[in-house]
Amino acid sequence: MVGRIAFYVGACLFAAFFVLPLLWLTVAPFNELATLSVQIPEEPSLQNFERVFGNSFAIRALAQNSILQAGGAMLLVTLFATLAAYALSRSHIRGSGVITYGLVLFSSVVTGTAAMVPIFLMIFRMGLIDTHVAVILVFTGGLLPAAIFIMRDFVDSIPRSYEESAMVAGASSWRVFGDIALPMVRPGMMVIAVWAFVNVWGGFLIPFILLRSSTKMPASVAIYSFYSEAGTPLVTLTAAYSLLYTLPVLLLYLFVNWRYGFRFFGGIKS
Amino acid sequence: MQRRSILSVPTGLLFMLPAGLFVAAFIVLPFFWIAAVSFTNRTLTGRNAVNPEFIGLGNYRQLFDPSTFLNSGEFGASLLITGQFVLFSAILGQAVLGLVLAWFFYNRRGWVQSTVQTLGIIAWIMPDVVVAFAWFAFLDRDDGTLNQILSALGLGSPDWLLGLPMLSIIIFNIWRGTAFSMLLFSSALGSIPPSHMETASVAGANGWQRLRDVILPLIKTHIATCLILITLWTFNTFTPFLLTGGGPAFQTEVVSIFTYRTAFQFFRFGLGGAVGMIMMLINLAFALVYLAILRSQRVPR
Repeated sequence: MVGRIAFYVGACLFAAFFVLPLLWLTVAPFNELATLSVQIPEEPSLQNFERVFGNSFAIRALAQNSILQAGGAMLLVTLFATLAAYALSRSHIRGSGVITYGLVLFSSVVTGTAAMVPIFLMIFRMGLIDTHVAVILVFTGGLLPAAIFIMRDFVDSIPRSYEESAMVAGASSWRVFGDIALPMVRPGMMVIAVWAFVNVWGGFLIPFILLRSSTKMPASVAIYSFYSEAGTPLVTLTAAYSLLYTLPVLLLYLFVNWRYGFRFFGGIKS
Repeated sequence: MQRRSILSVPTGLLFMLPAGLFVAAFIVLPFFWIAAVSFTNRTLTGRNAVNPEFIGLGNYRQLFDPSTFLNSGEFGASLLITGQFVLFSAILGQAVLGLVLAWFFYNRRGWVQSTVQTLGIIAWIMPDVVVAFAWFAFLDRDDGTLNQILSALGLGSPDWLLGLPMLSIIIFNIWRGTAFSMLLFSSALGSIPPSHMETASVAGANGWQRLRDVILPLIKTHIATCLILITLWTFNTFTPFLLTGGGPAFQTEVVSIFTYRTAFQFFRFGLGGAVGMIMMLINLAFALVYLAILRSQRVPR
Protein backbone atom coordinates (compact mmCIF):
# COMPACT_ATOMS: atom_id res chain seq x y z
CA MET A 1 0.00 0.00 0.00
CA VAL A 2 2.75 2.41 0.98
CA GLY A 3 4.60 1.31 -2.14
CA ARG A 4 1.61 2.14 -4.33
CA ILE A 5 1.22 5.60 -2.81
CA ALA A 6 4.92 6.28 -3.24
CA PHE A 7 4.64 5.16 -6.86
CA TYR A 8 1.77 7.56 -7.60
CA VAL A 9 3.44 10.44 -5.78
CA GLY A 10 6.66 9.84 -7.68
CA ALA A 11 4.86 9.55 -11.00
CA CYS A 12 3.01 12.83 -10.31
CA LEU A 13 6.29 14.61 -9.59
CA PHE A 14 7.85 13.37 -12.82
CA ALA A 15 4.73 14.31 -14.79
CA ALA A 16 4.74 17.77 -13.19
CA PHE A 17 8.38 18.28 -14.12
CA PHE A 18 7.59 17.67 -17.78
CA VAL A 19 4.23 19.40 -17.97
CA LEU A 20 4.55 22.57 -15.85
CA PRO A 21 6.80 24.46 -18.30
CA LEU A 22 4.21 23.89 -21.03
CA LEU A 23 1.15 24.77 -18.97
CA TRP A 24 1.23 28.40 -19.99
CA LEU A 25 1.40 27.48 -23.66
CA THR A 26 -1.82 25.50 -23.37
CA VAL A 27 -3.93 28.35 -21.94
CA ALA A 28 -2.38 31.64 -23.12
CA PRO A 29 -3.27 31.21 -26.82
CA PHE A 30 -6.97 31.17 -25.87
CA ASN A 31 -6.81 34.29 -23.76
CA GLU A 32 -7.04 37.66 -25.47
CA LEU A 33 -5.49 39.35 -22.45
CA ALA A 34 -2.79 36.79 -21.72
CA THR A 35 0.32 37.88 -19.86
CA LEU A 36 3.20 35.58 -18.99
CA SER A 37 1.26 34.13 -16.06
CA VAL A 38 -0.96 31.08 -16.23
CA GLN A 39 -4.51 32.39 -16.11
CA ILE A 40 -7.51 30.37 -17.13
CA PRO A 41 -9.33 32.90 -19.34
CA GLU A 42 -12.79 33.83 -18.11
CA GLU A 43 -13.99 33.81 -21.66
CA PRO A 44 -11.84 31.57 -23.82
CA SER A 45 -11.60 33.06 -27.29
CA LEU A 46 -9.99 32.40 -30.62
CA GLN A 47 -9.23 36.09 -31.09
CA ASN A 48 -5.46 35.53 -30.95
CA PHE A 49 -5.67 32.94 -33.71
CA GLU A 50 -7.83 35.25 -35.81
CA ARG A 51 -5.19 37.93 -35.54
CA VAL A 52 -2.45 35.47 -36.50
CA PHE A 53 -4.44 34.42 -39.55
CA GLY A 54 -4.90 38.07 -40.42
CA ASN A 55 -1.11 38.53 -40.45
CA SER A 56 -0.02 37.63 -43.97
CA PHE A 57 3.68 37.59 -43.03
CA ALA A 58 3.10 35.05 -40.26
CA ILE A 59 0.89 32.83 -42.36
CA ARG A 60 3.25 32.89 -45.33
CA ALA A 61 6.10 31.79 -43.06
CA LEU A 62 4.10 28.89 -41.68
CA ALA A 63 1.95 27.69 -44.57
CA GLN A 64 4.35 28.46 -47.39
CA ASN A 65 7.99 28.82 -46.37
CA SER A 66 8.17 26.20 -43.62
CA ILE A 67 6.12 23.74 -45.68
CA LEU A 68 8.27 24.31 -48.74
CA GLN A 69 11.59 23.95 -46.92
CA ALA A 70 10.62 21.02 -44.69
CA GLY A 71 8.73 19.29 -47.50
CA GLY A 72 11.55 19.75 -50.02
CA ALA A 73 14.21 18.40 -47.69
CA MET A 74 11.88 15.56 -46.64
CA LEU A 75 11.42 14.38 -50.24
CA LEU A 76 15.13 14.54 -51.09
CA VAL A 77 16.25 12.87 -47.84
CA THR A 78 13.71 10.05 -48.11
CA LEU A 79 14.41 9.33 -51.76
CA PHE A 80 18.20 9.49 -51.64
CA ALA A 81 18.53 7.72 -48.28
CA THR A 82 16.36 4.85 -49.51
CA LEU A 83 18.38 4.43 -52.71
CA ALA A 84 21.71 4.60 -50.88
CA ALA A 85 20.66 2.31 -48.03
CA TYR A 86 19.32 -0.23 -50.51
CA ALA A 87 22.60 -0.20 -52.42
CA LEU A 88 24.63 -0.52 -49.21
CA SER A 89 22.51 -3.46 -48.12
CA ARG A 90 22.01 -5.35 -51.39
CA SER A 91 25.06 -4.91 -53.58
CA HIS A 92 28.58 -6.15 -52.96
CA ILE A 93 30.19 -2.74 -52.89
CA ARG A 94 33.56 -3.05 -51.31
CA GLY A 95 33.85 -1.37 -47.95
CA SER A 96 30.11 -0.76 -47.49
CA GLY A 97 30.60 -1.26 -43.77
CA VAL A 98 33.34 1.35 -43.74
CA ILE A 99 31.12 3.71 -45.71
CA THR A 100 28.29 3.35 -43.19
CA TYR A 101 30.55 4.00 -40.21
CA GLY A 102 32.33 6.80 -42.05
CA LEU A 103 28.96 8.46 -42.57
CA VAL A 104 28.15 8.30 -38.88
CA LEU A 105 31.58 9.64 -38.03
CA PHE A 106 31.53 12.57 -40.43
CA SER A 107 27.97 13.55 -39.62
CA SER A 108 28.59 13.63 -35.88
CA VAL A 109 31.73 15.71 -36.41
CA VAL A 110 30.38 18.20 -38.95
CA THR A 111 27.32 19.53 -37.14
CA GLY A 112 25.31 22.58 -38.10
CA THR A 113 26.74 24.63 -35.24
CA ALA A 114 30.39 23.64 -35.75
CA ALA A 115 30.13 24.09 -39.52
CA MET A 116 28.08 27.29 -39.65
CA VAL A 117 30.99 29.29 -41.07
CA PRO A 118 31.89 27.04 -44.03
CA ILE A 119 28.21 26.32 -44.76
CA PHE A 120 27.50 30.04 -44.97
CA LEU A 121 30.61 30.67 -47.11
CA MET A 122 29.76 27.79 -49.48
CA ILE A 123 26.18 28.96 -49.95
CA PHE A 124 27.52 32.50 -50.40
CA ARG A 125 29.96 31.30 -53.07
CA MET A 126 27.17 29.40 -54.84
CA GLY A 127 25.11 32.60 -54.90
CA LEU A 128 22.27 30.93 -53.01
CA ILE A 129 22.10 33.16 -49.93
CA ASP A 130 18.49 34.05 -49.17
CA THR A 131 16.92 31.23 -51.19
CA HIS A 132 14.70 28.32 -50.20
CA VAL A 133 16.99 26.05 -52.21
CA ALA A 134 19.92 26.85 -49.89
CA VAL A 135 17.97 25.77 -46.81
CA ILE A 136 16.72 22.61 -48.51
CA LEU A 137 20.18 21.61 -49.77
CA VAL A 138 21.94 22.19 -46.45
CA PHE A 139 19.33 20.29 -44.45
CA THR A 140 19.30 17.43 -46.96
CA GLY A 141 23.08 17.07 -46.73
CA GLY A 142 23.01 17.25 -42.96
CA LEU A 143 20.20 14.74 -42.42
CA LEU A 144 21.19 12.16 -45.04
CA PRO A 145 23.90 10.30 -43.06
CA ALA A 146 21.64 9.50 -40.10
CA ALA A 147 18.78 8.71 -42.48
CA ILE A 148 20.95 6.26 -44.45
CA PHE A 149 22.14 4.66 -41.21
CA ILE A 150 18.58 4.10 -39.92
CA MET A 151 17.32 3.04 -43.34
CA ARG A 152 20.14 0.55 -43.79
CA ASP A 153 19.18 -1.22 -40.58
CA PHE A 154 15.65 -1.31 -41.90
CA VAL A 155 16.58 -2.74 -45.32
CA ASP A 156 18.91 -5.28 -43.70
CA SER A 157 16.01 -6.57 -41.60
CA ILE A 158 13.91 -7.40 -44.66
CA PRO A 159 14.32 -10.94 -46.03
CA ARG A 160 16.06 -11.13 -49.38
CA SER A 161 14.16 -14.18 -50.63
CA TYR A 162 11.43 -12.30 -52.54
CA GLU A 163 13.97 -10.22 -54.41
CA GLU A 164 16.08 -13.31 -55.10
CA SER A 165 13.19 -15.26 -56.58
CA ALA A 166 12.29 -12.32 -58.79
CA MET A 167 15.90 -12.25 -59.98
CA VAL A 168 15.70 -15.95 -60.80
CA ALA A 169 12.51 -15.27 -62.74
CA GLY A 170 14.52 -12.81 -64.80
CA ALA A 171 13.43 -9.40 -63.48
CA SER A 172 15.87 -6.52 -63.87
CA SER A 173 17.46 -4.78 -60.88
CA TRP A 174 15.22 -1.78 -61.40
CA ARG A 175 12.05 -3.90 -61.45
CA VAL A 176 13.20 -5.80 -58.38
CA PHE A 177 13.80 -2.53 -56.57
CA GLY A 178 10.65 -0.77 -57.74
CA ASP A 179 8.13 -3.59 -57.61
CA ILE A 180 9.37 -5.73 -54.74
CA ALA A 181 11.81 -3.95 -52.45
CA LEU A 182 10.17 -0.52 -52.43
CA PRO A 183 6.76 -1.69 -51.14
CA MET A 184 8.52 -3.62 -48.37
CA VAL A 185 10.65 -0.70 -47.18
CA ARG A 186 7.76 1.77 -47.28
CA PRO A 187 7.26 1.82 -43.46
CA GLY A 188 10.93 2.72 -43.07
CA MET A 189 10.57 5.47 -45.66
CA MET A 190 7.57 6.87 -43.79
CA VAL A 191 9.53 7.04 -40.56
CA ILE A 192 12.47 8.73 -42.30
CA ALA A 193 10.13 11.18 -44.01
CA VAL A 194 8.45 12.18 -40.75
CA TRP A 195 11.79 12.43 -38.98
CA ALA A 196 13.29 14.63 -41.70
CA PHE A 197 10.21 16.84 -41.90
CA VAL A 198 10.11 17.40 -38.14
CA ASN A 199 13.83 18.19 -38.02
CA VAL A 200 13.65 20.84 -40.74
CA TRP A 201 10.33 22.19 -39.50
CA GLY A 202 11.87 22.92 -36.11
CA GLY A 203 15.30 23.95 -37.39
CA PHE A 204 16.32 27.46 -36.43
CA LEU A 205 20.05 28.11 -36.96
CA ILE A 206 20.34 27.21 -40.68
CA PRO A 207 17.49 29.44 -41.96
CA PHE A 208 18.53 32.07 -39.43
CA ILE A 209 21.99 32.45 -40.99
CA LEU A 210 21.13 31.68 -44.64
CA LEU A 211 18.00 33.79 -45.17
CA ARG A 212 17.74 37.56 -45.25
CA SER A 213 14.36 38.67 -46.51
CA SER A 214 11.34 38.36 -44.27
CA THR A 215 9.27 36.93 -47.13
CA LYS A 216 11.36 33.73 -47.09
CA MET A 217 11.63 33.17 -43.33
CA PRO A 218 10.20 29.88 -42.04
CA ALA A 219 8.00 29.95 -38.95
CA SER A 220 10.93 29.15 -36.65
CA VAL A 221 12.53 32.50 -37.48
CA ALA A 222 9.34 34.48 -38.13
CA ILE A 223 8.03 33.71 -34.65
CA TYR A 224 10.35 36.40 -33.27
CA SER A 225 8.64 39.17 -35.15
CA PHE A 226 5.41 39.79 -33.25
CA TYR A 227 5.98 43.20 -31.78
CA SER A 228 3.59 46.02 -31.10
CA GLU A 229 4.20 49.45 -32.59
CA ALA A 230 5.80 50.39 -29.29
CA GLY A 231 8.30 47.55 -29.69
CA THR A 232 7.03 45.31 -26.90
CA PRO A 233 6.57 41.64 -27.76
CA LEU A 234 2.98 40.59 -28.33
CA VAL A 235 2.85 37.48 -26.19
CA THR A 236 -0.74 36.73 -27.13
CA LEU A 237 0.08 36.39 -30.82
CA THR A 238 3.34 34.55 -30.24
CA ALA A 239 1.55 32.06 -27.98
CA ALA A 240 -1.15 31.35 -30.55
CA TYR A 241 1.42 31.11 -33.33
CA SER A 242 3.57 28.73 -31.25
CA LEU A 243 0.64 26.39 -30.87
CA LEU A 244 -0.18 26.43 -34.60
CA TYR A 245 3.47 25.85 -35.42
CA THR A 246 3.78 22.93 -32.98
CA LEU A 247 0.59 21.20 -34.08
CA PRO A 248 2.01 19.42 -37.17
CA VAL A 249 4.86 18.00 -35.07
CA LEU A 250 2.47 16.61 -32.48
CA LEU A 251 0.10 15.23 -35.14
CA LEU A 252 2.98 13.54 -36.97
CA TYR A 253 4.19 12.04 -33.70
CA LEU A 254 0.71 10.69 -32.97
CA PHE A 255 0.51 9.34 -36.53
CA VAL A 256 3.85 7.52 -36.32
CA ASN A 257 2.99 6.25 -32.86
CA TRP A 258 -0.38 4.91 -34.00
CA ARG A 259 0.75 3.49 -37.34
CA TYR A 260 4.16 2.07 -36.55
CA GLY A 261 4.65 2.44 -32.79
CA PHE A 262 7.28 4.83 -31.54
CA ARG A 263 10.09 2.46 -32.26
CA PHE A 264 13.43 3.37 -30.95
CA PHE A 265 16.08 4.31 -33.45
CA GLY A 266 19.50 5.08 -32.01
CA GLY A 267 19.88 8.55 -33.42
CA ILE A 268 16.34 9.45 -34.37
CA LYS A 269 16.89 13.01 -33.30
CA SER A 270 20.03 14.79 -34.37
CA MET B 1 28.59 -19.62 -49.38
CA GLN B 2 28.63 -16.29 -51.14
CA ARG B 3 25.19 -14.76 -51.13
CA ARG B 4 23.79 -13.73 -54.48
CA SER B 5 24.12 -10.09 -55.21
CA ILE B 6 20.71 -8.57 -55.84
CA LEU B 7 22.12 -5.30 -57.10
CA SER B 8 25.16 -5.25 -59.36
CA VAL B 9 28.02 -3.07 -58.20
CA PRO B 10 27.62 -0.41 -60.95
CA THR B 11 23.88 -0.10 -60.30
CA GLY B 12 24.58 0.05 -56.57
CA LEU B 13 27.04 2.88 -57.09
CA LEU B 14 24.45 4.66 -59.23
CA PHE B 15 21.93 4.32 -56.38
CA MET B 16 24.43 5.84 -53.99
CA LEU B 17 25.42 8.69 -56.25
CA PRO B 18 22.83 11.36 -55.25
CA ALA B 19 23.32 10.81 -51.51
CA GLY B 20 27.07 10.64 -52.07
CA LEU B 21 27.11 14.01 -53.81
CA PHE B 22 25.09 15.64 -51.04
CA VAL B 23 27.24 14.19 -48.28
CA ALA B 24 30.42 15.16 -50.13
CA ALA B 25 29.19 18.71 -50.69
CA PHE B 26 27.58 19.46 -47.34
CA ILE B 27 29.43 17.26 -44.84
CA VAL B 28 32.89 16.40 -46.19
CA LEU B 29 33.66 19.63 -48.04
CA PRO B 30 32.80 21.93 -45.08
CA PHE B 31 35.22 19.92 -42.95
CA PHE B 32 38.14 20.80 -45.24
CA TRP B 33 36.83 24.25 -46.05
CA ILE B 34 36.70 25.22 -42.39
CA ALA B 35 40.28 24.03 -41.92
CA ALA B 36 41.37 26.29 -44.78
CA VAL B 37 39.33 29.30 -43.62
CA SER B 38 40.64 29.00 -40.06
CA PHE B 39 44.16 29.86 -41.27
CA THR B 40 43.02 33.13 -42.88
CA ASN B 41 41.73 36.51 -41.77
CA ARG B 42 38.55 36.17 -43.86
CA THR B 43 35.80 38.67 -43.05
CA LEU B 44 32.33 39.25 -44.51
CA THR B 45 33.00 42.60 -46.11
CA GLY B 46 35.99 44.75 -46.93
CA ARG B 47 39.35 43.85 -48.42
CA ASN B 48 39.76 40.59 -46.50
CA ALA B 49 36.44 39.29 -47.81
CA VAL B 50 37.75 39.21 -51.37
CA ASN B 51 41.41 38.47 -50.76
CA PRO B 52 41.80 36.90 -47.34
CA GLU B 53 45.41 36.60 -46.25
CA PHE B 54 46.95 33.40 -44.98
CA ILE B 55 47.85 34.09 -41.38
CA GLY B 56 48.95 30.62 -40.30
CA LEU B 57 48.04 29.82 -36.74
CA GLY B 58 47.18 33.46 -36.00
CA ASN B 59 43.51 32.74 -35.20
CA TYR B 60 44.43 29.84 -32.95
CA ARG B 61 47.04 31.95 -31.17
CA GLN B 62 44.45 34.60 -30.56
CA LEU B 63 41.92 32.08 -29.21
CA PHE B 64 44.46 30.52 -26.86
CA ASP B 65 46.23 33.76 -25.87
CA PRO B 66 46.98 33.08 -22.18
CA SER B 67 46.54 36.72 -21.15
CA THR B 68 42.87 36.80 -22.23
CA PHE B 69 41.94 33.11 -22.52
CA LEU B 70 39.72 32.92 -19.44
CA ASN B 71 38.36 36.47 -19.53
CA SER B 72 34.60 36.87 -19.74
CA GLY B 73 33.46 36.60 -23.36
CA GLU B 74 36.67 34.91 -24.52
CA PHE B 75 37.17 31.41 -25.86
CA GLY B 76 38.49 29.75 -22.70
CA ALA B 77 35.63 31.08 -20.60
CA SER B 78 33.20 29.82 -23.23
CA LEU B 79 34.79 26.36 -23.16
CA LEU B 80 34.48 26.25 -19.37
CA ILE B 81 30.83 27.24 -19.57
CA THR B 82 30.24 24.56 -22.18
CA GLY B 83 31.97 21.98 -19.97
CA GLN B 84 29.71 22.83 -17.05
CA PHE B 85 26.67 22.83 -19.31
CA VAL B 86 27.48 19.35 -20.67
CA LEU B 87 28.46 17.90 -17.29
CA PHE B 88 25.44 19.14 -15.34
CA SER B 89 22.69 19.12 -17.96
CA ALA B 90 23.61 16.05 -20.03
CA ILE B 91 25.66 13.65 -17.93
CA LEU B 92 24.39 14.35 -14.41
CA GLY B 93 21.01 15.63 -15.58
CA GLN B 94 19.56 13.80 -18.56
CA ALA B 95 21.39 10.50 -18.13
CA VAL B 96 20.79 10.16 -14.38
CA LEU B 97 17.18 11.33 -14.54
CA GLY B 98 16.59 9.11 -17.57
CA LEU B 99 17.95 6.11 -15.68
CA VAL B 100 15.91 6.99 -12.59
CA LEU B 101 12.75 7.23 -14.70
CA ALA B 102 13.45 3.97 -16.53
CA TRP B 103 14.15 2.21 -13.22
CA PHE B 104 11.13 3.77 -11.53
CA PHE B 105 8.78 2.50 -14.23
CA TYR B 106 10.52 -0.84 -14.70
CA ASN B 107 7.90 -3.60 -14.62
CA ARG B 108 5.21 -1.00 -13.97
CA ARG B 109 3.94 -0.52 -17.48
CA GLY B 110 0.49 0.93 -17.70
CA TRP B 111 -1.30 4.19 -18.29
CA VAL B 112 0.75 6.02 -15.64
CA GLN B 113 4.03 5.00 -17.24
CA SER B 114 2.87 5.76 -20.78
CA THR B 115 1.51 9.17 -19.72
CA VAL B 116 4.79 10.26 -18.14
CA GLN B 117 6.73 8.84 -21.10
CA THR B 118 4.53 10.71 -23.59
CA LEU B 119 4.96 13.98 -21.68
CA GLY B 120 8.72 13.50 -21.79
CA ILE B 121 8.62 12.77 -25.51
CA ILE B 122 6.52 15.89 -26.15
CA ALA B 123 9.15 18.00 -24.38
CA TRP B 124 11.74 16.36 -26.59
CA ILE B 125 10.08 16.67 -30.01
CA MET B 126 8.64 20.18 -29.86
CA PRO B 127 10.41 22.80 -32.00
CA ASP B 128 13.30 24.64 -30.33
CA VAL B 129 11.84 28.11 -30.63
CA VAL B 130 8.54 27.03 -29.06
CA VAL B 131 10.09 25.38 -26.03
CA ALA B 132 12.41 28.35 -25.61
CA PHE B 133 9.44 30.70 -25.67
CA ALA B 134 7.48 28.50 -23.25
CA TRP B 135 10.45 28.48 -20.87
CA PHE B 136 10.87 32.20 -21.20
CA ALA B 137 7.33 32.53 -19.87
CA PHE B 138 7.83 29.73 -17.33
CA LEU B 139 10.89 31.42 -15.80
CA ASP B 140 9.61 35.00 -15.87
CA ARG B 141 10.42 36.70 -12.60
CA ASP B 142 7.05 38.27 -11.87
CA ASP B 143 4.48 36.21 -13.74
CA GLY B 144 6.26 32.94 -14.53
CA THR B 145 4.64 29.67 -13.52
CA LEU B 146 7.73 28.53 -11.63
CA ASN B 147 7.92 31.62 -9.42
CA GLN B 148 4.17 31.56 -8.81
CA ILE B 149 4.56 28.04 -7.45
CA LEU B 150 7.71 28.85 -5.49
CA SER B 151 6.29 31.95 -3.87
CA ALA B 152 3.07 30.12 -3.00
CA LEU B 153 5.29 27.64 -1.17
CA GLY B 154 7.14 30.52 0.48
CA LEU B 155 10.39 29.80 -1.33
CA GLY B 156 10.96 33.26 -2.76
CA SER B 157 11.00 34.26 -6.40
CA PRO B 158 14.50 34.44 -7.88
CA ASP B 159 15.20 36.16 -11.17
CA TRP B 160 16.06 33.01 -13.08
CA LEU B 161 17.24 34.26 -16.48
CA LEU B 162 19.15 37.29 -15.20
CA GLY B 163 20.28 36.12 -11.77
CA LEU B 164 20.75 32.37 -12.31
CA PRO B 165 21.22 32.07 -16.09
CA MET B 166 23.51 29.03 -16.01
CA LEU B 167 21.18 27.09 -13.71
CA SER B 168 18.27 28.08 -15.95
CA ILE B 169 19.75 26.70 -19.17
CA ILE B 170 20.91 23.56 -17.35
CA ILE B 171 17.43 22.78 -15.99
CA PHE B 172 15.97 23.69 -19.36
CA ASN B 173 18.26 21.27 -21.18
CA ILE B 174 17.54 18.46 -18.70
CA TRP B 175 13.84 18.94 -19.29
CA ARG B 176 14.35 19.12 -23.04
CA GLY B 177 16.43 16.00 -23.55
CA THR B 178 15.72 13.49 -20.78
CA ALA B 179 13.26 11.56 -22.98
CA PHE B 180 16.11 10.14 -25.06
CA SER B 181 17.95 8.67 -22.07
CA MET B 182 14.69 7.46 -20.56
CA LEU B 183 13.70 5.60 -23.75
CA LEU B 184 17.18 4.16 -24.23
CA PHE B 185 17.42 2.91 -20.65
CA SER B 186 13.84 1.59 -20.67
CA SER B 187 14.60 -0.54 -23.70
CA ALA B 188 17.91 -1.60 -22.13
CA LEU B 189 16.23 -2.67 -18.90
CA GLY B 190 13.51 -4.42 -20.88
CA SER B 191 16.15 -6.54 -22.60
CA ILE B 192 17.50 -7.97 -19.34
CA PRO B 193 16.23 -11.51 -18.79
CA PRO B 194 13.88 -11.56 -15.75
CA SER B 195 15.85 -14.51 -14.35
CA HIS B 196 18.80 -12.20 -13.65
CA MET B 197 16.59 -9.94 -11.59
CA GLU B 198 15.02 -12.84 -9.71
CA THR B 199 18.37 -14.34 -8.81
CA ALA B 200 19.41 -11.02 -7.36
CA SER B 201 16.26 -10.54 -5.27
CA VAL B 202 16.39 -14.12 -3.98
CA ALA B 203 19.95 -13.40 -2.89
CA GLY B 204 18.41 -10.69 -0.70
CA ALA B 205 19.78 -7.67 -2.51
CA ASN B 206 17.86 -4.44 -2.02
CA GLY B 207 16.91 -2.12 -4.86
CA TRP B 208 20.09 -0.08 -4.90
CA GLN B 209 22.37 -3.15 -4.67
CA ARG B 210 20.49 -4.83 -7.49
CA LEU B 211 20.85 -1.71 -9.61
CA ARG B 212 24.55 -1.35 -8.88
CA ASP B 213 25.68 -4.99 -9.00
CA VAL B 214 23.32 -6.60 -11.50
CA ILE B 215 21.64 -4.02 -13.71
CA LEU B 216 24.31 -1.43 -14.42
CA PRO B 217 26.98 -3.94 -15.50
CA LEU B 218 24.48 -5.56 -17.86
CA ILE B 219 23.58 -2.30 -19.62
CA LYS B 220 27.02 -0.72 -19.66
CA THR B 221 27.19 -0.43 -23.46
CA HIS B 222 23.81 1.32 -23.43
CA ILE B 223 25.12 3.68 -20.78
CA ALA B 224 28.24 4.43 -22.81
CA THR B 225 26.19 5.01 -25.98
CA CYS B 226 23.80 7.28 -24.13
CA LEU B 227 26.57 9.34 -22.50
CA ILE B 228 28.47 9.85 -25.75
CA LEU B 229 25.42 10.82 -27.80
CA ILE B 230 23.93 13.26 -25.30
CA THR B 231 27.38 14.77 -24.75
CA LEU B 232 27.78 15.31 -28.50
CA TRP B 233 24.29 16.80 -28.85
CA THR B 234 24.56 19.04 -25.82
CA PHE B 235 28.01 20.22 -26.86
CA ASN B 236 26.64 21.20 -30.29
CA THR B 237 23.26 22.63 -29.32
CA PHE B 238 22.42 26.21 -30.19
CA THR B 239 19.16 26.32 -28.22
CA PRO B 240 20.47 28.23 -25.16
CA PHE B 241 20.82 31.16 -27.55
CA LEU B 242 17.03 31.24 -27.87
CA LEU B 243 16.61 31.48 -24.11
CA THR B 244 19.43 33.78 -23.00
CA GLY B 245 21.27 34.89 -26.16
CA GLY B 246 24.46 33.85 -24.37
CA GLY B 247 24.04 36.47 -21.69
CA PRO B 248 23.77 38.22 -19.41
CA ALA B 249 27.38 39.36 -19.76
CA PHE B 250 28.43 36.16 -21.63
CA GLN B 251 27.54 34.01 -18.60
CA THR B 252 25.77 31.40 -20.76
CA GLU B 253 27.87 31.76 -23.88
CA VAL B 254 28.49 28.13 -24.83
CA VAL B 255 30.88 27.56 -27.75
CA SER B 256 28.11 27.32 -30.36
CA ILE B 257 26.98 30.83 -29.39
CA PHE B 258 30.60 32.02 -29.24
CA THR B 259 31.06 30.81 -32.85
CA TYR B 260 27.89 32.57 -33.92
CA ARG B 261 28.90 35.85 -32.27
CA THR B 262 32.41 35.75 -33.73
CA ALA B 263 31.32 34.89 -37.27
CA PHE B 264 27.91 36.50 -37.66
CA GLN B 265 27.93 39.47 -35.31
CA PHE B 266 31.58 40.50 -35.61
CA PHE B 267 31.85 38.98 -39.12
CA ARG B 268 35.27 37.48 -38.39
CA PHE B 269 34.91 34.29 -40.40
CA GLY B 270 38.55 33.25 -40.06
CA LEU B 271 38.39 33.36 -36.28
CA GLY B 272 34.90 31.80 -36.21
CA GLY B 273 36.24 29.07 -38.50
CA ALA B 274 39.02 28.33 -36.04
CA VAL B 275 36.46 27.93 -33.25
CA GLY B 276 34.38 25.65 -35.48
CA MET B 277 37.49 23.62 -36.29
CA ILE B 278 38.21 23.09 -32.58
CA MET B 279 34.56 22.09 -32.03
CA MET B 280 34.90 19.53 -34.82
CA LEU B 281 38.08 18.07 -33.31
CA ILE B 282 36.30 17.67 -29.97
CA ASN B 283 33.34 16.08 -31.79
CA LEU B 284 35.78 13.77 -33.55
CA ALA B 285 37.19 12.53 -30.25
CA PHE B 286 33.70 11.70 -28.95
CA ALA B 287 32.59 10.18 -32.26
CA LEU B 288 35.60 7.84 -32.39
CA VAL B 289 34.75 6.53 -28.93
CA TYR B 290 31.14 6.08 -30.05
CA LEU B 291 32.20 4.18 -33.17
CA ALA B 292 34.39 1.89 -31.11
CA ILE B 293 31.35 1.07 -28.95
CA LEU B 294 29.10 0.49 -31.99
CA ARG B 295 31.65 -1.83 -33.57
CA SER B 296 32.19 -3.83 -30.40
CA GLN B 297 28.41 -4.38 -30.28
CA ARG B 298 28.14 -5.54 -33.87
CA VAL B 299 31.12 -7.75 -34.45
CA PRO B 300 30.05 -10.79 -32.38
CA ARG B 301 26.74 -11.10 -34.24
